[in-house]
Amino acid sequence: MLKVTIDGQTIEVPEGTTILQAARMLGPDVAPPTMCYYSKLETSGGYCRTCIVKVTKGSEKDPRPMPKPVASCRTIVMDGMEVQNQTSPELLEARKGVVEFLLANHPLDCPICDQAGECHLQDLSFEHGIESTRYEFERRTFKKIDLGPYIQLHMTRCILCYRCVKVADQLTPQRYHGVLNRGDVAEISTYIEKAIDNDFSGNVIDVCPVGALTDKTFRFKSRVWFTKPSDAHRNCDKCSGKVTLWYKGDDVLRVTGRKNEFGEVDEFICNTCRFEKKRTSDWQIEGPSKVDRKSVISANHYSGNTVIPDFAFRVAENNKKIDDSPKGSNLLAMKN
Amino acid sequence: MVRKLLLANDHIPGIQGYEVYRKNGGYKSVEKAMKTMTPEAVVEEVKKSGLRGRGGAGFPTGMKWSFLAKPEGVPRYLVCNADESEPGTFKDRYLMSRIPHILIEGMITSSFALGANTSYIYVRGEYYYIIRILEKAIQEAYAAGWLGKNILGTGYNLDLYVQPGGGAYICGEETALLESLEGKRGNPRIKPPFPAVKGVWGCPTVVNNVETIAAVVPIVNDGGEEYAKIGIGRSTGTKLISASGHINKPGVYEIELGVPVEEFIYSEQYCGGILNNRKLKAVVAGGSSVPILPADLILKTAAGENRLMTYESLAEGGFASGTMLGSGGFIVMDESTSIVKNLWNFARFYHHESCGQCSPCREGTGWMEKILHKMVHGHGETKDIELLWDLQRKIEGNTICPLGDAAAWPVASAIRHFRQEFEECVMEEKIKNSIQF
Repeated sequence: MLKVTIDGQTIEVPEGTTILQAARMLGPDVAPPTMCYYSKLETSGGYCRTCIVKVTKGSEKDPRPMPKPVASCRTIVMDGMEVQNQTSPELLEARKGVVEFLLANHPLDCPICDQAGECHLQDLSFEHGIESTRYEFERRTFKKIDLGPYIQLHMTRCILCYRCVKVADQLTPQRYHGVLNRGDVAEISTYIEKAIDNDFSGNVIDVCPVGALTDKTFRFKSRVWFTKPSDAHRNCDKCSGKVTLWYKGDDVLRVTGRKNEFGEVDEFICNTCRFEKKRTSDWQIEGPSKVDRKSVISANHYSGNTVIPDFAFRVAENNKKIDDSPKGSNLLAMKN
Repeated sequence: MVRKLLLANDHIPGIQGYEVYRKNGGYKSVEKAMKTMTPEAVVEEVKKSGLRGRGGAGFPTGMKWSFLAKPEGVPRYLVCNADESEPGTFKDRYLMSRIPHILIEGMITSSFALGANTSYIYVRGEYYYIIRILEKAIQEAYAAGWLGKNILGTGYNLDLYVQPGGGAYICGEETALLESLEGKRGNPRIKPPFPAVKGVWGCPTVVNNVETIAAVVPIVNDGGEEYAKIGIGRSTGTKLISASGHINKPGVYEIELGVPVEEFIYSEQYCGGILNNRKLKAVVAGGSSVPILPADLILKTAAGENRLMTYESLAEGGFASGTMLGSGGFIVMDESTSIVKNLWNFARFYHHESCGQCSPCREGTGWMEKILHKMVHGHGETKDIELLWDLQRKIEGNTICPLGDAAAWPVASAIRHFRQEFEECVMEEKIKNSIQF
């Protein structure tokens, strides 16, 4: 076990742990923000530079500080390492710079973007207090591209985190995905717009931190904060079948993978579950999803920080009427 | 008399061909190394010589070689970085086109020292004619038995390949070079692991500059200690300098490290003074990436000592009043030069060459170029100078590879030493009237 101190908190972690993983073990408040790192995808991370931290002590053996800020997602913890994240004003300044660079070419079209409300870049710029930009030149724009019948790529919003490229590489059997050009005109491409056509392609939507890859079955249907997430599962022969259903009234508008407190999907789901099973009867409902108190999704019209779709109460009441089943009795107790 | 080691035989007609090169003492180092020395002894000689990487960073070559991991049953590779793309640097092109065999000879000796059985020369795509020269030289070396199986009857095998690049500055960064060599997109890798542990094809690899590898030839021939006698302090040996700009005699010069900068600019032996007897204004001493210095600071350090052409002397004073020897791209600017316009040109280059992997460099280089473009065209505002300063500060040190730093340093140094010019530029639209489009 190796000892590492992050912002004054010490934790013991196994060998090979990165600084970011160690910080996440300490909790979401200590963990640096990430835009490109995704724990489920190998070799992800290192590109966006938002997770940079300052290493003030290299290790017990070699206590020299590291000369430059390092990407915490790709730096392995050494025994006795001391790291500053939120306690270093210089570092916060540098991170603010990174956020500003990410926003330089990002359109401020949040009012018409489906990702708004669950967008990592939105959260990041809010947290770092960047309310206006000093960038005054024309932003790069691209035409929207349809990647098959279900996914739309809007490169203009892309921050080139490479997560979708890694999904295509690691999750889906045929690779039609990559990056074209270089520098600030680099773009995600699917090899002359060849449609991504395989069972897990929809996961590129879940991993996208911004609104560059969106679900065509959900586009412009609703703002996310008007929908209510509910955990559900079904027997699927391709994937785990564990999903989050997003309800508006009694309609399932959208199906996504279940995201954890760091905004990452725990288990990737298949396209059938995501795009084709949009009736409540397709699913076994588990109950409301946990929503972060900070999230705009919980800020609107929910009591507390939990979300319970109306039908769930009706189902529970029905169950009770039919055979006095205990299923859902907790729910009813909550309502009362 | 100046000692020349790499370009000593440059004047001999036909030195490009194998016969003439061999007659003038070529391939002696291979014979010496393979017949009388062990690979470890060759590495030891290189260590003793104090040779430092000639590509720009100046890292001791012997140390780099000794870091090479040597796990059992895993091949090792030597890669020569001939992706010379730094603006103002053209020494490798000169060396490879004039005396290609010295590189081949150096590659064989170095590969022997490192125990590599396959080696690559990664040549910049735009140097297409050099690729032909090198390939011809390699064929001649194969025919003469210096390459292939069982070289000189020692049982040592070596295959040498030339790999043309696709024309990207970023592929001069060693890990991007390795990616490109493997046939992938030339994006720098995130370090660690370093190439010495996990390089090309995931195997331990040493990446060295053309000039570094060529310098192994005189080191093995004359011995490392003899080589270390040239130069001053930790800057040993000779260095090829690509002199360009407003000087009477631009070209590639082989200097003994330690020549005073003043002598290098003004003596007839080297640059021969400033063009048209104008005054010296500024010098970029080591290729476009290193900080630019005004005339007084390049000739004398802030402490008033004479500046010498060595790694240490040029870096004297840190970035506040010093610069770097870098790759030896010595760009001289006379008083008629506009620093702002020159900086715009550099910024344009870095914007074009950024690979787009990490955000500060991808967005920042383009942003800086646009601000400078605005300034040069007479639309600049005073706040833009502060913005430029702030941007370079936020790019430097926050990127995956040194390209971000290379884009930030020229901006920082130009503003640090020539702020007045930026102010004039945004106030009087002076440049707008003087610029020729």
